[in-house]
This record gives sequence, structure tokens and C-alpha cells, in this order.
Amino acid sequence: MKKIMSGNEAIARGAFECGATFAAGYPGTPSTEIMEQFSQYEGVYAEWSPNEKVAVEVAVGAALGGAKAMAVMKHVGVNVAADPLFTVSYTGTNGALVIVTADDPSLHSSQNEQDNRHYARSAKIPMLEPADSQEAKDFVKKAFELSALFDTPVFLRTTTRVSHSKSIVLLEDPEKPVKKEVERLDPVKYVMVPHNARMRRVAVEERMQNLRRYAETMPENRMEINDRRIGIVTAGMPYNYAKEVFPDFSYLKLGMVYPLPEKMIRAFATKVGKIYVVEELDSFLEEQLRAMGIKTVGKDIFPYSGEFDPGVIAEAVKRRPAKKVQLSPVEIPPRPPNLCPGCPHRGLFYVLGKSKTIVTGDIGCYTLSFMKPLEGLQGCICMGASIGMAHGLSKSLGTKGKGKVVGVLGDSTFIHSGITSLLNTAYNRSNVLTVIADNRTTAMTGMQQHPGTGLTLQGEKTVELNFESLAKSLGIPDVRVVDPYDLKGTRAAVREELGKPGPSLIISRGPCVLLNRGAARKRPFKVVEEKCAGCKLCLGLGCPPLSWKKYPTATERMLEERPKKVEGAAVIDPSLCTGCSLCEQVCNYGAIVEEE
Amino acid sequence: MPKDKATKSILLAGVGGQGILRASDIISLALMAAGYDVKKSEVHGMAQRGGSVTSHVRYGEKVYSPLAARGSVDIILSFEKLETLRYIDYLKKNAFVLINDEAVFPPAVNMGIASYPENIPEIVGKVFKKVKVVEASALAEQAGEARTANTVMIGAVSNFLDVSLEVWEEVIGKSFPERIVEFNIKAFMLGRNA
Ligand SMILES: Cc1ncc(C[n+]2csc(CCOP(=O)(O)OP(=O)(O)O)c2C)c(N)n1
Repeated sequence: MKKIMSGNEAIARGAFECGATFAAGYPGTPSTEIMEQFSQYEGVYAEWSPNEKVAVEVAVGAALGGAKAMAVMKHVGVNVAADPLFTVSYTGTNGALVIVTADDPSLHSSQNEQDNRHYARSAKIPMLEPADSQEAKDFVKKAFELSALFDTPVFLRTTTRVSHSKSIVLLEDPEKPVKKEVERLDPVKYVMVPHNARMRRVAVEERMQNLRRYAETMPENRMEINDRRIGIVTAGMPYNYAKEVFPDFSYLKLGMVYPLPEKMIRAFATKVGKIYVVEELDSFLEEQLRAMGIKTVGKDIFPYSGEFDPGVIAEAVKRRPAKKVQLSPVEIPPRPPNLCPGCPHRGLFYVLGKSKTIVTGDIGCYTLSFMKPLEGLQGCICMGASIGMAHGLSKSLGTKGKGKVVGVLGDSTFIHSGITSLLNTAYNRSNVLTVIADNRTTAMTGMQQHPGTGLTLQGEKTVELNFESLAKSLGIPDVRVVDPYDLKGTRAAVREELGKPGPSLIISRGPCVLLNRGAARKRPFKVVEEKCAGCKLCLGLGCPPLSWKKYPTATERMLEERPKKVEGAAVIDPSLCTGCSLCEQVCNYGAIVEEE
Repeated sequence: MPKDKATKSILLAGVGGQGILRASDIISLALMAAGYDVKKSEVHGMAQRGGSVTSHVRYGEKVYSPLAARGSVDIILSFEKLETLRYIDYLKKNAFVLINDEAVFPPAVNMGIASYPENIPEIVGKVFKKVKVVEASALAEQAGEARTANTVMIGAVSNFLDVSLEVWEEVIGKSFPERIVEFNIKAFMLGRNA
């Protein structure tokens, strides 16, 4: 049967078709749907782990137990999981283990643009890279096959464009899962003390040599010889872009990007004239070709950053920029993503933005509050970094930093990698205020469950992590919960906690507005125009339904019977307003009221 | 496989929450059912939350890239007026421009520090000869369900695609819960005949 599937759906399907029964992951765009889809297949176990390191360790365990197991994450997740990865490469996997890494050229939804092909080389783990959804499904099966055959973890690397493009896939019947039996583990193979690890290090090298030989004949690496004047060496999605622009050239399409088939590459080089290496991000393939002594054209003409498309390739090769459409000059206001109307983060970050503090932030929907008008946080590096950064900042500021430094992060982020740093603020006698923006879900990536929500990925009820008692056990003396829809209460809590010495924690608790969309809506608010002083204070909330109507002419002002000095009035779009009441609380003139 | 084998591109543009991804899914399914090879792409995550959203749909005998190059798009289906301007460089010379007569103010406009361009269809019309404004929201109301504006837009673009009415009806029938299929078929027809 033919079906249109995204790359992510196809990876889940491929894993299911080849009898994988186990997956662990942590959400992260563009990888999230792989876990969500896989978890719905009959007879599989799938979990959201608290973070990627745990997910890999869990998947390693499942593989050692004989299963075909998969760990799934976005590119930066591999940084978090790097520790177990570099050593499971030594132990091997017994069953089969595939690590899916979804990279994000152009940083559509990420904090950096790292090229995870480097992980394959440095961790000595083979890596496959599909170019479309059909290949995504086929290659995940191949990855499991290689893992079992060579007793190695295998990377499957996608990019946003592979994960989130849809193309036609041929579905096949699933194989019956077969599990290798295990009684006990062989300690010489699995206990990585120096003596054993030294022996495994040799095994790793032998394995890489075997994989290199295998790469020469695997059908996923293939030559397409046409016009021999130009040969294009490429892998993954860029193959499609190049093919579209230059259908007649010759191609060496690599399905496995590490290790490379050196003989095949040399053979290709003798068959064609000039060689172009077409790859997004770093010159990973090109440097290896050059090390073989092959002359290439690559990063000297193709961009080192940002994703490609057919236009990028045509422009680079033809050295001619694309024509621009000349419209009569108009200013196009940007449309960045924004906190939703009624978002619980808005109240909290409104308060933090107005406080005279340094706020180190973290990754989640709330990161959007760095923008005008909220300006609620001033730093964000990676998940969980907020608390550690705040602590270091406060220590380095010394007495000047007292009552001035706040670290703020979301509930899912806190669980991912904030707990140890909160412990650190207690242990190392910090003065920082930590705030958990607890919206009861992992909102940014599309509302996934986590250990604080009381439900698992597969919808089972489970224990719910209690942040309050956890913080107390970690040694945080002052823990309090605030309602972020109550501006006065939130402001007072922040002020009081900053005034106390020692570490403290505020949990700003209000469920994400997207969680209960079906629930009865509150009545929207409206602006009583006669009372509006035109002060624009409410616009400081950056709430989408709130806008500004300027009175353009004296006549209009008279028609509206407004005093001269009022330049305009606020307006609320009732179809967007959720009735959260923040604007009513902000207004000093009583001009914002609930609709009858 | 319909007669025309060359790869063609449709660009859907608009604002997060307008149902663009659903619309591009439906268009892709219909094109596949009509015998084309189809690829589409879109971006999730940070790009939503009220931000600008696009989806490329590409079809033909054999499609390689899921992304269209700038200057190569045959039809833009714009769910929001301003977004037409943002992606205008993607259009080829004789492109069809279908614009939903709907303005969603970006934050800077709401805050009164930028203005929303006026006469967008006219501005576009000076360069592109084939511009059509669709009153999708009004037609959706007429169909009996305000949330079918994206289906109205699908109806509008259907006139340019070699896909039979039966195929559209079948695909739409399978894409929605039963109780709203009828509204969506109505919305589709209103868009098609607009
Ligand atoms: C190591 C790593 N894994 C995953 C992500 C993707 N990601 C970005 S924010 C986020 C979670 C946000 O959830 P939460 O902290 O609860 O904040 P919310 O979005 O709900 O406000 C995730 C998973 C990432 N950026 N880095």
C-alpha cells in the first residue's frame, strides 16, 4: 500500500516493520513525531525518558536484553547523551541499537546548528542518512540490520527537511519481532574498566575496518553514471536538491556517511571530470575526500550554514544570484512566534521583565519572552543551563549580586537537567532565586507528557513528581507556589524571595492554555473606550488580541468625543481573548472590563 | 498520471493556527490519488505559535526536492494578505496568486510601532497579472462552519489542478471527522466556485 508519510512517520513505521519493540527518547524538534508515532504501534514499548542521556541508557539496556531498541532525539540531545554513547560503542549492543539524531540546518527550532555527522567519527559509530521518507523507512531497517551484524550502535541521521517533508512510501507487512535470549551479561565485554575497555578498543577498530569493507558493496551507497563531465558526491536531502537542478550529471549518493567507501569514491573520481561535494553544514565528506587526495569543489562555493534548496545549489554552481521580485516599496513587519493569548508564562515574565534583576533563562515557549515588550529574560544557552548560570553569576557578583539574580526554566526543562543544578544552589550556599514556569506540560515541542504530569507516553497513569517536596529534600529552605495570572501575588513573591538570603524556589503554576482547549472558555475582556487614557501600558503584555487604534484626525477624535491629548485607544479582539484578566490588572484607569 | 509531467510547485503561506498544514496534506493526498508523485514540506515547532508558516507542495511525474527554489513557484495560496508579500520572491513570472482576504496583525502592528500595508492585492497585481482575492472567512460562514476557511482555500486552488471532483470529495471525506465533512465539502465547493 502507498501512503504519504513524513520522514519521522516513516522512521517509526520502518522500526515497527523490522520488529523493533522498544524506543526511548526525549522530545525535540524535528525528532518528536518519531516517538509519538512509534508508541502507537501494537506490541511495542515506548517511553519519554527525563532526558536524552537516560533515553540512551534505557535503550542500551533494552538492546543488551536482546531487543531491537531505538533512542530518539534532536541533534543537541546527542550532546546530553554523548557520555553513554561513546562507551556503548566499545561494549557493543547484543540485540540491536539505533540512535536517531535529527539535525536542524537553518536552526528552524534550535539553539545551534551543529552537524552531528562528527559524532559518528568521534564515537566510532556508523551513520546512515536517508534522503526522503521511503529511504527513512528503508534505512532504519538497514540500521538495525547493521547493528545486529556488527554488534555496534548505529546512528540514523535526519535533518529537519527529511523529518518534516512528506513523500510517498510503500508500506510492507511487519516482521515478527525476535528477541535474542540473555541469561547474564559477559562482564569482560560489558564492564568498561580500563583493562576490559582496552581490549574492546581493539574490537572497535576491527569493527570499523569491517564496516569500511561493507560500505564498498552496500546498495545504499550507489553510483549513477550519466554525463561524466561533472560528478556530484552527496548524501541525504541535498541529493534531491542537486538532482533537481542537475538531472544529467553523474552522482555518487552515499547512504552511509560514516565510514566512507574509499574504493568506491576513488573509482567514481576516475570516472568523472570535476567533482562537486554537495553537503549542508560542515565539510564532513569533502574533508575526507580531500584527505584521499581527491580534488573537490565544495565549501568554496556552497554555504557553510543554513539548509540548501534547489535555488541555493543553482546559485552557487552558476555563480548567479536569483532574481528578486520588485514590488513597490512596502515595509513588511516581521511575524515572529509569540506566547499564545492567555499563556500562563505571560504574567510571570511580565513581572520578571519589570523587576530590576538579571534573569538567566532556559529553553521552552517562555524563551520567547526575551523579546519586546516583555523582555522577561536575558540569557539562554541550553536546556537546564539557567540555574547554573544564575548561581555562577550571583557568586561572581558577590555582595552586589544579592537579591538580583534569578534563574528561570520550564517544568520539563527542570526535570531534564535542572534538578542537579538546583541541588547545587543548596549545596554551594547560593543566593539565587530559581523559578519553575510550571505549565504542566512540554509545550514548545507540542505538549508531551513528562514525570511531572502523571501520565506516560503510552497514556498510562503513573506517579507525579512533586516539585515542592523534591526541592525541600534537595535542601532549598524557601519553596512557594504562585499563580502567574495574579500579577500582584507573583510580584510580591518574587520581591520577598529575592529579599531573603540563601537559595529559594518559586513554582509559577498555571496549565498551558493549549492543554484544555475543549474546556468552557472564560468571558473575553473589552476596552471601555471612554475610560481608556491611551497610555499603552496594557500593550506591554504583548498579548496577541490587544492592539492599538490610533485616532488619525481631529474630526474622528471629536466623533469619538475624546479629549485632545488622547492619541488613540487599546482594542481587544474578542475572538482571540481567553479572559485571563492580565490586562485588566495592568490597567490603571479601570478601562478594561469583562464582557457581559 | 495526468498529461503534464513537469514538476510544479504550490506554496501555502499564512499564520500559525490557520490550518495550513492540514490544507497542504489534503492537497498532497488529492494529487497522489490523481496519479502524481508528490512531496511536501513544512516546519513545526518554534515556527508555529502565531509565527509565519509555509508549506511547499510539489508534484509531477518524478519529484526530487520537497522545497521549491525562489522564483519557481507556480501558485501561491496565501491564507493571510501580508504573508503574500513575505514570500513573493518564491513566485515565477506568471504565477497564480490566490489571496485570502484576511489580515492578522503581527505584534509590531498591534503595538502601534509598525503599520499593516494597505492594498496588498493591488501591490501584487502590479507585478503578477493573475491575482485573485478569496473571501474565505465569509464563505466559510456561509458553509456553516467558520473554521472551514482553509477548505475554502483548497477549493479555490482546485481549479488550477488536474484532479477530478470525485477525488477531492473522497480525500476531504477521509480528512475530517464525519460530523464536519459536509461543512467542508460545502466550503470546498464555495471556494471552487468563487
Ligand atoms: C537537549 C535538548 N533536548 C530537547 C530540546 C528541545 N526542547 C526545547 S524546549 C523543550 C521543552 C520545553 O518544555 P518546558 O521546559 O516545560 O517549557 P514550555 O515549552 O512548556 O514552556 C524541549 C524539549 C532542546 N532544545 N535541547
